[in-house]
This record gives sequence, C-alpha cells and structure tokens, in this order.
Amino acid sequence: MDLRVFCLHLLALGGGPQSGHPPHCKKIFWMNGIMKELSLEFEKPIVELENRIAELKKFSEKKGIDVNQEIKALEKKLDQLRREILEHLTPWQRVQIARHPQRPYSLDFIHLMMEEFLELHGDRRFGDDQALIGGFAKMGNRHIMVVGHQKGRDLKERQARSFGCAHPEGYRKALRLMQLAEKAGLPILTLIDTPGAYPGVGAEERGQAEAIAVNLREMSGLKVPVVAVVIGEGGSGGALGIGVADRILIFENAYYSVISPEGCASILWREKGKMVDAAESLKLTAHDLFSLGIVDEVIEEPAGGAHHNYEVAARNLKKAIEHHFSELELVPLQQLVEIRYQKFRKMGVFQEFTPEQ
Amino acid sequence: MALFKRPNFLLTQSKKRGVPGGLWTKCESCQELIYNKEWENSLKVCPKCKHHCSLSAPERIRLLVDEGTFEEFDPNLIPSDPLKFRGPKSYPEKVLQDQAMTGLKEAVMTGRGKIEGISTVLAVTDSRFIMGSMGSVVGEKITRAIEKAIEEGLHVIIVSGSGGGARMYEGCLSLMQMAKTSAALAKLSEAGLFFISVLTHPTMAGIMASFASLGDVIVAEPRALLGFTGPRVIKQTIQQELPPGFQTSEFLLAHGMIDGIVERPELKKTIAKFLNYFSWGRR
Ligand SMILES: [Zn+2]
Repeated sequence: MDLRVFCLHLLALGGGPQSGHPPHCKKIFWMNGIMKELSLEFEKPIVELENRIAELKKFSEKKGIDVNQEIKALEKKLDQLRREILEHLTPWQRVQIARHPQRPYSLDFIHLMMEEFLELHGDRRFGDDQALIGGFAKMGNRHIMVVGHQKGRDLKERQARSFGCAHPEGYRKALRLMQLAEKAGLPILTLIDTPGAYPGVGAEERGQAEAIAVNLREMSGLKVPVVAVVIGEGGSGGALGIGVADRILIFENAYYSVISPEGCASILWREKGKMVDAAESLKLTAHDLFSLGIVDEVIEEPAGGAHHNYEVAARNLKKAIEHHFSELELVPLQQLVEIRYQKFRKMGVFQEFTPEQ
Repeated sequence: MALFKRPNFLLTQSKKRGVPGGLWTKCESCQELIYNKEWENSLKVCPKCKHHCSLSAPERIRLLVDEGTFEEFDPNLIPSDPLKFRGPKSYPEKVLQDQAMTGLKEAVMTGRGKIEGISTVLAVTDSRFIMGSMGSVVGEKITRAIEKAIEEGLHVIIVSGSGGGARMYEGCLSLMQMAKTSAALAKLSEAGLFFISVLTHPTMAGIMASFASLGDVIVAEPRALLGFTGPRVIKQTIQQELPPGFQTSEFLLAHGMIDGIVERPELKKTIAKFLNYFSWGRR
C-alpha cells in the first residue's frame, strides 16, 4: 500500500467540492452538480447524459414547455448506460470506484441504516483513532455493535482520519468494542473501507502488526454473530484486522486484496504504472472473490456505483446484513464459533500428492 | 538424515564477485571474507560484525532440533495456481524456480522434534522461497502443525523469516491464511499449550501481522528487520528520514514488542528453558 500515491490520487480528483456540506448529510443530491469535476474517465458518457437532462429540465422550466416524455426517455437511457458501463468495468476501474471520493463511507451508511448510533472512543492505552470508529447502534429492531473504517470528506477530515488507514490504537479500540459486544451478547457488524493499515513510524512503534494479529486471533473466538462488509476498499491486513467474521459480504464495486494494485505492480513488474495488469491478476473484484469462496454475498449497488445513490446503496446493504444476522441468530453460540473456525480453516487452494512408493 | 544432505546454497551464492572457489564467504553486512569452515562453525554469524545471516529451513531445524529426532509433517503439499496469476513470470514458473533453488517444495517445513529432549511441534519458514511468503500451502501446513500439537499436547515453536508476508500470487486466499493460522493459535492457547515465536531477519507484513506476533513468548535474533509496513514504503509516505535502527529487533525490544533478543548460538538453549518453565507450573 502506497499511501502517498493514494493521497495524490485523491488530490487529483479534486479536494474540496464538498465545502459547505455537512460530511454525513443524508441528502446528497448536490452531488450531481459536481459530478463533472469528480467523474472518473469511464464515467464521462454518464456525466454528459446527466448534463443534457439537466439542461433540458432547465429549458422546459424557463420556456414552460412540457418535455417530460423526452426527459423520461433520457433518464431511462441514463439508467441503461450506467448499467452497461458498470458491467464492462475492468478490475482497475472498479478499484477507482471503490476509492471514489464521493463514495458513501461507514458513517454515511450508519446514519442511513441505523436509528441510533452511540459512538464509543479510545483504546484505553494510547489514543482514539478517528480512522476506525465504532459504537452501539440500533438497526431496525436489532441492537448491535458496529465498527468500521472511516475516511474523511474534506482535506482536513481526511487528514484527521488518516485517509481511512488505522493505527494500532484503532484496531485495539475495535477489539475493545467487539469484546464489549460479546459481553453484552450483541451481534457485531464491521464495515471495511481502508487502503491499508497506516504506514508510519508511530504505528510501527506501537505494534501495528501485533494489533492486527491479536484481532485475528480474538475475533475468531467471539461468541456473538459477526458480519463483515467490504463497503469500499479492502486493503490487505488493515482490512482483515476487522474482517474475521461468520459472514463476509462485499459491495459489487468494492475490492478486497492482499496488496494494493500499485504495490503489486511495483514489486512484481517493478513499475507502478502496471497497476491495471496487477488489478486484473490479483482477482480482487467482488465477483472474483465470490468465485474463490472468500465472500458469501455480493451486494448490488445502484446503477453507476454507490456514489450515485446513497439511499439505495444503504437499503441494499441493510437488507443483506439483516438477512445474515437473522440466519446467524439461529445458530447456538458454541457452534457458531466452531463454524467460523471451519470457515477460515477451509480457505486455501493447494495440491497434496501421494509420494510414489 | 537425507534432509540435511542437500547442497548448501548459501555457500554457493558466495562464489560471485570473484570470491575464490567457494572457500570463502563474504559477510553481506560488513563485507568481511570468512573462511567457510569458520563460517559454518559460527552458525553463519559473522565473527566480525555479528550479522546473523539467514538460515535455510533445514539448517534452522538442524540448529534447533536434537539430532535424528525430526519427523517432517505434510511434505507433499504443493501450491496450485488458483488465480491463474498473470505476471511478468507465471506463478508455477516462480514456484519451480524456487523449488530448484532451495530444494524445498514450499516456504515452510513443519514437523515434530525434540529440543533438548522435549518433544515439540516446529514450523520453520524459509526466506529464500518466494521471500518466505505465506500462500495456501504455508497457511495449511502451519495450521495442521498447530492442530497436531493440540492433538498430541505439545507446545509449538514457529521460526519466521519472511520479507514477503502474504503471498501476492494467491491474492486474498493468502490473506485469509493469516486469519486461519491465528485462529488455530487461539485453539492452541485454549488447550493450555504454549507457542514460542522466533523472529529472524526479515519478518514483515502478513507474517508479522498474524502468527509471528502471537507468541506467548517472542524472541528475535539480533538486528533482524521486523515490522508491518516495509521501511521503504514508510519513508515514501512520511517523506522523512526514518529513526536510526527503525524496525530492528533492538527497536522492537525497546518498544515492548518482544521478550528478548537471543544470539544464534544461545537460541536452542533458551527455547529449551522456556519450554521447561511451561511445564514446571502447577496446572
Ligand atoms: Zn559481518
């Protein structure tokens, strides 16, 4: 994971069109107005059509001419176009969608899916990591513990949240909250969205590797149902650090990978520019991961990607989470832990030959 | 034991750069030329600068296990190519190349052996095999070894040496081996058994962020590079010079991340002492 490249990438996409908008505002309709500025290369045809529709609407208002028929047709076409483009995305383009600065983040989903969220802070050892948040939440008729990576919207918030790259204290806070949930018998939801664990001197000094390792060990034995969802970026160990769960779900444009495409490109190809090939080779897309048996469900995104419609994305996500919780709640707790162990125990593909006598 | 009769690749490597006919080995740290006999006697620790040169898995086992007591587990596990990974070199090509270079089938050897008479389960990674990285085979062999230890009531020793972490060629399947091995260690602990983690140069990324960090006791060889993110990436990210000695064994000791630093000639004795303490308590 190369954070610097990642930051540059974000900056290149434009730093602050969000100014003036609350970071977790439920109504995101203003986004359409800035799509032009923020769109990815392959989204250009979508943006052009969106602009045409907007112009047509303006025109009809101004002149008082009814063009509803035409607008409806164009909107239908737009929906189709979004779907078509999405269907033919390369793995690298999906990575770009997963990193889209307008993509809904954990707190957006929490506010859209939960009636209550009581955030809890700190690892009781060093600090409170803003890149990994969590707390009690009420979702439908269920009381749960939710923990998730959190990225920032504007530059200041991005820095405060370390671009969603958690420090050891983040992982330790997450574990503290999960163990609290276990004590209270509450199911746990984790939302994964990180380029990777934070690469820094302090993180190493405070045991980044140890913090993640302990989470892997302890999560494997939690005696409550755990559902993990990769909502955006599933960046290697930093993602897995809150990812040992009974069910692993993923949004259709999210990715989950052992290494960032850039990192893989620079190690194997010795050329960062080969990230398109690396993304292809790593089999990091939702559907690839489903085929490999790593994720249990791929959650559909609204046409064009989750950033086009937060509400629909949140609705799909909530439905999937509730479905898996209700299944898991039927399993006796002791069995649950053993089934979780076996789930990870079975992961891996290898050959075992019988030596010739 | 046939295991140890394989050609010694560390020595043949030293032939390059005009070092005469394999008689001498050049220390990779201080460039001192050391007579091979002396090099072997010193367990590949440079007599001048104390640099601990990497040991192969068979050499490490020979160092730690009482002669003639090692029985290898699962020697017939080999990687497949689940992603059909397309890189500058294909995965099967890379595997064949490193199998030929190391004489090993994969980056870890596991088995049962006695350490000063105490039966233990061992896993030793070999940093030469795709940088000692963990794919499905390494994860599976370590997990099987831990499960075997639980079955037989033995303690576990894992010697880690991996600059590669989770192996890229197997994508997320490699990442999941971190969870798999860590979960197995949770079971070992529940069974009241102990795990000694020995860290050697280098132990990084996915190996360090899973089993290697989970020892009841963690010791490291001197001056090994140990950490999560590689120093080059951190330097690039923070755009600053790294503090001296960053991510060395000594750095981790100073920050409370390991129990001690043990020089190679003392390693076996030290491990045996820990093992004894595990059994002396009243449980
Ligand atoms: Zn030397």
